[in-house]
Amino acid sequence: MKYNRLTQENREDILNILQNSKDVLFGDEISNDYKHDEMEGIHGEPECVVRVHTTQEVSAVVRYANEHRIPVLARGSGSGLVGAAVPIHGGIIIDLKDMNRILELDEDNLTVTIQPGVLLMELAQFATEHGYMYPPDPGEKSATVGGNISTNAGGMRAVKYGVTRDYVRGLTVVLPTGEILTTGGKIVKNSSGYDLKDLFIGAEGTLGIITEAVMKLVPLPAHSISLLIPYMKINDCMDTVPKLIRSGLAPTAIEFMQSEVIRHSETFLGKNFPDKSGDAYLLLTFDGEDQDYLEKQYEAAAELCLECGALDVFLVDTDERKDSVWSARSAFLEAIKASTDMMDECDVVVPRSEIAPFIAYIAEASEQSALRIPYFGHAGDGNLHIYLCRDGLEETEWIQRRDHAFKLLYDHAKSVGGLVSGEHGIGYVKKPYMRESLGDNVLDLMRGIKKVFDPNSIMNPDKLFDLED
Amino acid sequence: MKILVCIKQVPASNQVRVDEETGVLIRDGVSAKMNPYDLFALEFALQLKERFSCEVDVLTMGPLQAKSVLNEAVYMGADRGVLLSDRKFAGADVIATSYTLAQGIKATGSYDLILCGKQTTDGDTGQVGPEMAEFLGVEHVSNVFEVLFVNEEKMLVKVNFEHHTYEQEIRYPCLLTIEKEANIPRLPSYKRKKQTTDDVISVLSLEDFTDKDPSHYGLNGSETSVERIFSPEKNDDRIMLSGEPSEQVQALYALLKERHVF
Repeated sequence: MKYNRLTQENREDILNILQNSKDVLFGDEISNDYKHDEMEGIHGEPECVVRVHTTQEVSAVVRYANEHRIPVLARGSGSGLVGAAVPIHGGIIIDLKDMNRILELDEDNLTVTIQPGVLLMELAQFATEHGYMYPPDPGEKSATVGGNISTNAGGMRAVKYGVTRDYVRGLTVVLPTGEILTTGGKIVKNSSGYDLKDLFIGAEGTLGIITEAVMKLVPLPAHSISLLIPYMKINDCMDTVPKLIRSGLAPTAIEFMQSEVIRHSETFLGKNFPDKSGDAYLLLTFDGEDQDYLEKQYEAAAELCLECGALDVFLVDTDERKDSVWSARSAFLEAIKASTDMMDECDVVVPRSEIAPFIAYIAEASEQSALRIPYFGHAGDGNLHIYLCRDGLEETEWIQRRDHAFKLLYDHAKSVGGLVSGEHGIGYVKKPYMRESLGDNVLDLMRGIKKVFDPNSIMNPDKLFDLED
Repeated sequence: MKILVCIKQVPASNQVRVDEETGVLIRDGVSAKMNPYDLFALEFALQLKERFSCEVDVLTMGPLQAKSVLNEAVYMGADRGVLLSDRKFAGADVIATSYTLAQGIKATGSYDLILCGKQTTDGDTGQVGPEMAEFLGVEHVSNVFEVLFVNEEKMLVKVNFEHHTYEQEIRYPCLLTIEKEANIPRLPSYKRKKQTTDDVISVLSLEDFTDKDPSHYGLNGSETSVERIFSPEKNDDRIMLSGEPSEQVQALYALLKERHVF
């Protein structure tokens, strides 16, 4: 696909559209932050950044870009991990960070209407302050909700509450033609034809730019408690997970962590973890309205874990204790990143019954590829975050070993019914693996959908799949 | 060596409301937890217990519900708990509280080392520990955050004052108040919870004390009274700066200059 570079005339036109030169950046005015995402492996050179404030502004810029065959790319906090928000074909970045207003709390419909630049932590806090909960809880709290919707982010509470998709009721989207579309709404049910809303969720900004979202809230549970459970043997730890799921208990989170990763987190945060007895840990959370019911739930879970070989079960029941455990958990990604010169990640998701054997396979892949591969993950929903560490390897050797490890991990995931990404998305860097995993028929259907929405392929081109295969 | 840790039950949330008319904290319906500062004192004791063969007791004053905070300390590793509970203790100010606790300690046994958190999250005075030491006639050091040396007779501790630190040697018996974040408090153990029996907590009342004069306790024994407690007015005035970091810095600079900060 051939795209046009920005001319002087284009620049003047864009300045005219925005009517505020402070919100339009060109060339050297564009900071490096716009040229990569959190993983920093992929770089792009945007020719222009526009900081938008309204759906109409987005529409006008996109319409113009479409007419002039200039690539456009929506961007929030830039906290992605797969290059989805990196402008690999240059063009215009539409920065949505300033569209960060919470527009309406509708307590009759239990919805909150927001602009896409609202941060996850802001939405979560807003909901809590009003006695509600916004359940999706991905690790990166400074991500925008628009970004969360675009990757269908999951997070820790997916076991009980589901993922971002389950909390999107309606979307306002600017299509690649500049047309403004509203899909879904405050409705709970919808059997009215194709649910286009669901196409935009997880589309990583390839079909349209979300400019407003109606999100579902739930009542805030009155009580919650976490359990930190140390194990000496990693197998015992992982074997507990399917038993927990089968037990009929309803934890909101079942997180898994290795002591190696906890040590990285301690170094990174300069703060010790409250327990050192285990080699592997489960971290469970329960929530609910009734304290007695909650106590019964967690006691049953504690007994089950002890039967499965847990060394003990620690109660994480106050804000201070939750902070001491969860702050370490939240820093894992950054901590592993700080432990090496470069890393790449595998965000594979497998059926929950396959988690234990898959973790055993990670050790095998690590040995075969001769790479250090720390990991942690959402054991309760089968989503693992696996990190391949370069540790000073020379470039060619690193790429060779990394690709070898990726092939082993993704092939193995596929063989047990898993998929390439649980929540971080495909973006630019995971395209070959998704193609391998889903096959050409599925990818052709996706390309067909893309063509219907974006005939000129101007919107975040070359993401998810190659356009010109 | 015998160690006693004094702990207090405080509201679990910092969003505590105050009764406008009586000026008293509304505790009904608000769940309680161990004063977070006391967790550091308890961990300090439990680490000493791991190094020396010593017993760690915990003590609190309050209604019978306060047993739960003693139990929690036992789940963390304390050996036994003592609850000072009597209607006559109610309404105590700092001095009456310190006196009651000192009497309770005398009635409980003799301790080489008494530890307190440096303050509480509800009362916030930071005075109960030192006043208690005065009533007990033992030496005391506040804001301790590190032990540099310890044996069966004395210890060398590092003390934090906001702008400097100093080291102090102190012989037993003594009382220390422990600084926030002096350590990472361990978590309560479910296994210990299961093993804990009811008799691990004993309850003492005024009848068990040497000084049984009710005028020395509670409201009657208080030298001060609270005129009014109120929540400070919230001020949500704020200016959000946006744009590139360099633009934000320039905007902040202009703002500070405009307000004559420099």
